[in-house]
Amino acid sequence: MTACPVCEAPIEVPTEPRISEILECADCSSELEIIALDPTMLALAPEVEEDWGE
Amino acid sequence: MTGRSGTGPIAMLASQVRADEKRLLAAMDRHGLRYELADTRALWSTAGGKATWWRGVLNREISQVRALYAARMLEALGIPVLNSAAAIGVCGDKWQTSLALVAAHVPTPRTALGLTPEAALEALEVIGYPAVLKPLTGSHGRLIARLRDQAMAKDVFEYVKALPGPQSHLVYVQELIAKPARDIRVLVVGEELAGAAYRVSADMRTNVARGARTQRCPETAGLRRLAIAAAAAVSADIAAVDIVEDTTGELLVVEVNHRAEFSGLQLALGDQVDVADRIVEYVAARAAQW
Repeated sequence: MTACPVCEAPIEVPTEPRISEILECADCSSELEIIALDPTMLALAPEVEEDWGE
Repeated sequence: MTGRSGTGPIAMLASQVRADEKRLLAAMDRHGLRYELADTRALWSTAGGKATWWRGVLNREISQVRALYAARMLEALGIPVLNSAAAIGVCGDKWQTSLALVAAHVPTPRTALGLTPEAALEALEVIGYPAVLKPLTGSHGRLIARLRDQAMAKDVFEYVKALPGPQSHLVYVQELIAKPARDIRVLVVGEELAGAAYRVSADMRTNVARGARTQRCPETAGLRRLAIAAAAAVSADIAAVDIVEDTTGELLVVEVNHRAEFSGLQLALGDQVDVADRIVEYVAARAAQW
């Protein structure tokens, strides 16, 4: 368990987290990126850009 | 970047690990593939020379621009990339995709490109109304506008003219196909179908990212032929082909995506096919030749 860097709500980290994995805060809906493992650190994920997609 | 042997690991390129990337990484683990996750935000290279960092690369970069330039960079260094830079370049530009489909005689809606909004208004007299305006580069149905008639097209094009950047003023228009409330997403891997699903939505935009629900679609011989021909037309080894049915039941290809998102397809296929496994098995088979 770690905290959302935006609203400080608790965030449940997946059992097998990956660097660059995107999580969503259930409280404030911010998209968060895992930037470090052991211990898990989260940062606000980059905003969607015009060229993102498939 | 550290040096690697020519038989080094496979890399998966991604600046974001979302559900599909996690599925692919888990499939690589299941298949015992040696791999690295490489963040495109840290990727750089000098011009010239060769590198053997990785045996080959599966490109899952979410940014079209970074995906294209990463593929160009790595291919220049002698590292094979799936999909190739050429395929990413075609798929990432709707006009290039239309040209490739037409050249390969793959059925697709009537399409035109106007080099200015005024020219596009003239083109629409040939395409006819209703039509749809799409950005040349873009995904998830962003900035797509339905043009019911000329008056509406003039209104919308006024906004287009006010957009910044010369590329925004190139106007890609396509006849609007009177399709049922669904389209078909087909995943082609190599020269085979990994699966097909209807994407059902009352919205004209049937993107799963916009909330469309999916259900399994029968893989008929016609659908198979069309999807494989569309992927081949844009030279994509792994491709998500979007197909619409017109009122006569004819199938038309509207889009070919080089970085296939497959969560919706996987949901529709259930336990019968593991899409990530199919992709990873193909990557492993290709890697054996690299």
